[in-house]
Amino acid sequence: MAIAFNLNGKTAVTDADPICRLANVLRENLGYTGTKIGCDAGDCGACTVLLDGEQVCSCLVPVAQVEGRNVMTVEGLASKNGRLTALQQAFHEYSAAQCGICTPGMLMAAEDLFKHNETPTEDQIMDAMGGVLCRCTGYRNIVDAVKHVVRPNGVSFKNPTVGDAMGARALKTDGIQKVDGTEKYGADEAPADALWARAVRSPYANATFTLGDFQPLYNKWPGLVRVLTAADVPGLNGYGVYPHIKDQPAFADGEVRFKGENVVALIGDYDSVYGISNEDVPIVYERRDDIYGLDAALADNAHLIHEGYPGNVMAEGYVRKGNAAAAMKTADVVVEDSYQTGFVEHGYIEPEAGWARRVGDRLEITVSTQAPYMDRDEVANIIGLPKESVRIIPTACGGGFGGKLDLGVHPVIGLAAWILNKPVRCTWNRLESMSASTKRHPSRITARYGCNLSGDLIAYEVDGDFDTGAYVSWGLTVKDRVPVHATGPYFVPNVEAKARGIFTNGTPAGAFRGFGIPQAAIAHDNLMDRMAEEIGMDPLEFRLRNAIRKGQETATGQVLEYSAGLDQCLEALRSPWKKARAAAEKFNAETDDVKRRGVGVGCMWYGCGNTSLSNPSTMQVGIGSSGTVTLYSGAQDIGQGTNTTMVQVVADALGVRMDQIKLVWGDTDMTADAGKSSASRQAYVSGRAAMEAGQNLRRQILRMANAGDSATFEFGEGTLTVTDGGAVREIDLTGLSANKHGGNVLLGEATFDPPATPLDEMGQGNPYGTYGFGAQVAQVEVDTELGTVKVLHVWAAHDVGAAINPIQVEGQIHGGVAQGLGLALMEEYIPGRTENLHDYLMPTFGDVPPIDVFLIEDPEPTGPYGAKGIGEPALIPTPPAIFGAIYHATGVHMKQAPATPDRVRAAILAHKEEIP
Amino acid sequence: MSSYVRPTTLSDALGSLAEGRRTIVAGGTDFYPARVGTIPDEDVLDITSIDGLRLIEDKGDHYFIGAAATWTDLIRADLPDWFSAMKLAAREVGGQQIQNAGTVVGNVCNASPAADGVPGLIALEAIVRLVSVSGERDVPISEFILGNRRTARDPIEMVTGLVVPKFSNDAKSTFLKLGARKYLVISIVMVSAIMEKAADGAITRCNIAVGSCSEVAKRLRDLEVLLVGNHADASVADLITTDHLSPLSPIGDVRGSADYRLDAALTLVRRALVELAG
Repeated sequence: MAIAFNLNGKTAVTDADPICRLANVLRENLGYTGTKIGCDAGDCGACTVLLDGEQVCSCLVPVAQVEGRNVMTVEGLASKNGRLTALQQAFHEYSAAQCGICTPGMLMAAEDLFKHNETPTEDQIMDAMGGVLCRCTGYRNIVDAVKHVVRPNGVSFKNPTVGDAMGARALKTDGIQKVDGTEKYGADEAPADALWARAVRSPYANATFTLGDFQPLYNKWPGLVRVLTAADVPGLNGYGVYPHIKDQPAFADGEVRFKGENVVALIGDYDSVYGISNEDVPIVYERRDDIYGLDAALADNAHLIHEGYPGNVMAEGYVRKGNAAAAMKTADVVVEDSYQTGFVEHGYIEPEAGWARRVGDRLEITVSTQAPYMDRDEVANIIGLPKESVRIIPTACGGGFGGKLDLGVHPVIGLAAWILNKPVRCTWNRLESMSASTKRHPSRITARYGCNLSGDLIAYEVDGDFDTGAYVSWGLTVKDRVPVHATGPYFVPNVEAKARGIFTNGTPAGAFRGFGIPQAAIAHDNLMDRMAEEIGMDPLEFRLRNAIRKGQETATGQVLEYSAGLDQCLEALRSPWKKARAAAEKFNAETDDVKRRGVGVGCMWYGCGNTSLSNPSTMQVGIGSSGTVTLYSGAQDIGQGTNTTMVQVVADALGVRMDQIKLVWGDTDMTADAGKSSASRQAYVSGRAAMEAGQNLRRQILRMANAGDSATFEFGEGTLTVTDGGAVREIDLTGLSANKHGGNVLLGEATFDPPATPLDEMGQGNPYGTYGFGAQVAQVEVDTELGTVKVLHVWAAHDVGAAINPIQVEGQIHGGVAQGLGLALMEEYIPGRTENLHDYLMPTFGDVPPIDVFLIEDPEPTGPYGAKGIGEPALIPTPPAIFGAIYHATGVHMKQAPATPDRVRAAILAHKEEIP
Repeated sequence: MSSYVRPTTLSDALGSLAEGRRTIVAGGTDFYPARVGTIPDEDVLDITSIDGLRLIEDKGDHYFIGAAATWTDLIRADLPDWFSAMKLAAREVGGQQIQNAGTVVGNVCNASPAADGVPGLIALEAIVRLVSVSGERDVPISEFILGNRRTARDPIEMVTGLVVPKFSNDAKSTFLKLGARKYLVISIVMVSAIMEKAADGAITRCNIAVGSCSEVAKRLRDLEVLLVGNHADASVADLITTDHLSPLSPIGDVRGSADYRLDAALTLVRRALVELAG
């Protein structure tokens, strides 16, 4: 029986089953894809809509219950003339939407709030919106946007004029579609006749298996079109991010190595592929003991996860400078300890999704990704096609953080579409996303730091094991990056640093914002605090004294020539640090000893771009015969804002306004390879290429017009007028040959590959073109009886070379702090146990404190207008700053992340026993 | 194809239950999360359009919370001060989206050891009203919830509501929940307590229930007995000893170890007593 209801003021009718989730009906039956699905369990709030004016999770509402009622979605917000509401406009102006996937839910929650309360306080805003999770923004800009609606602050947002784009707080070029519900993500568009694909995943972490006869399944389910298995893979049944290692099968072949691994895929109509239960699929497993954790993997005679890797050791990275063992003996103070961290989930609110189709002898995949070109090459390998025969069309990416660098839905939909010659779509549910996507590497790090009494660092020795899970993924990068950065951003004359990757039956550990450096930072900065205490020096001043500066050598022997602003970061933090330390000590003196406050500091550095490897970006800017300027950018925007920052850089390089530039992004047929959105490289590497492409095009025009560098451009219909002082030249664009990329008549193109050299066997060399630096101070309150830690405030200073767009940079810092806070205090992924967003805890609205950002701009000459990366740097200093603050508050050194309430309480009790 | 019925009368609802096993759905906030990645194919009884179930009413000597009353209904209801523990718990149930859809009775019937509403209802000595085609019976909540996800409801019965006997008008109650983040958190430990005092300040009645520390939330009856007769001030919090926690049998899981749960329960009970007696 049809169900009728009022949807955004109009009657909607659906013949969906009454038990269907409203969210699904809105999206799949009625085409209202502005409502997003993040978890199907009421844990994330992305699907929030108003039902009779009250916010509900539409994933939990049986559509039967909306009969005759009023439903309002994000599509109902903007007024009839298409203008944004004040709330949407504020979200746009405050950059409250980064990736934008949670934004519709956020907007609807705020709409509910304003229906009940026109002048909410900050606490009331948080209470009303606390049911929606955001993984990008750290919530602060969202709160500010809502507050702005309550009390406009008079700030007006204007986009920059010619020559002023660099450094402007420009609005996002793709901002409006993120607040009006029209942005298209991986699950939002597919042909109506697309088949569905669903992976059947291993329930076991370590097992062999045999496949039975699928014929009974086909007989029972006429809508089941095909069961794909390893035997169907025409090319190489393996993928991996390194050219020489393709160890992860697209379909497991007789053996599974982690829980959640793809065994077979069901292709067919929705009701069939989701109606079939996994128990009905004939797969017979023979289990072996799970190898979870480093100890199990390293035990004598442990089962080998992969042949050819004795002792389950994947690889070892090594850096040696000077003679650390000998120098350590001369140190006045030596501190040593061991540290542990667990798996951490990326927690992007958009699960992996996309669709594929075969177009003649080519395969097109429309998918949410961070790495279009790498996806193209990997899929081509698996299907057995030339790279050029695969086209990746990225959708907007609803969060990545490293997790969408590896393949997700691609192999299954690609293979199915190729074999069946029909469009095929797939959307992972939250459980699949969490159990099958990569994680941050769990770590166990033992480190020893030595200094002299005057406060100079002498030697560092560190040995870290990283659980890389069942497959290599980005494990080699972690074992390379960690020894390079292990000392922290300090000048240390003698260093010996090792990092091993160890195979286990854990979920594959891959890329996650920092590639092992956040884990290493917990170790080095705890030891920094302890050395400072031993020699009676203030922790911040001790770091400042040892901060690596221009002209000094890193552990790999790289001399920093430019852009090393850690000292400036720490100087910027000195005043808030002193005030907060004093305030905490006063609070503790005046209050009972249940609640204790403390303030800590953490420092970081991070090489932008790939470690010692070529990682070029190519950018193109064209002018068409009609006078349209087009930027072809392959730098995938995953919420960090490259769709805006690349335009800003090109605008200034070419000498036009941002709004004169049309952006074509991501599509591998339309844009050149700009590498991956990872390693904090896009602003730096692609930004530099974009700047040079714009400059190149400008030079071509100036040459044609015989004009000087101060000339200005004006575009008309088919003309380009160049004015240089009194001289005016008109270029007839229609008279030029439209034979350049994209049918343009003029094209500027540039490639930038950051200067880097290989590391020798002692780990010596110049692994990166530049490094980001930063320091953060965190203030916490610890409930010593319960072990809970509340972060009250964070001050974050980051040297970004030059901020292309300060509001985007601040957004990256806010989000990094939030993720660092999660890593420090609550996030631990345990396969089989925390595979949803209520057992796996990420920070909510109420957990992220106010953040004061200090932007330090020590220009990097190889970057665009001095800029370098900020994506990963923002997260790294937060955990050590919080741990330092817990120590200041309680006298307890936390050595295991996350510092959950039970661990903090246990450490406090143990500490009390030590001190009679 | 599964059958989905959404009757408007109680008798039709009971009739459908008598015909065969059905999953009862109200707010859907526990139903759908348990079915992620599947198409539900069971027979369902949706109770949200049955007349007279979405109410919270003063019935003279007791309050009645109907089976379709949501957490938001409870928060907005005009109730005496001693309901504040339940209102505090209501604000801790998921986000406001969940509070707007999820029902108090559903929380009881789902019988999770971490159900936010259950310690408060146990402290209030609420009674579960079960109705079927064969008649009606009232079961104390502590006898209704049998264990983790297990209740005394017969498949042909439905819970029509909760009977909450009245406490004295000046009774006070509180609810403390310990979790590892601010919103959307499953409790590690929670405590709900309600206290009545005589005119001279002596404690005349104090019910204390602890949740997430056993399959079903438990009353600390020895402590309750010990408290009665004491003058209500902050010092009564010192009466509690670890022995009083003997009804609890916490497990260790990803949220905390068993020892930690007991340690935290002690702290939370103490704090609840200070708040109510002080």
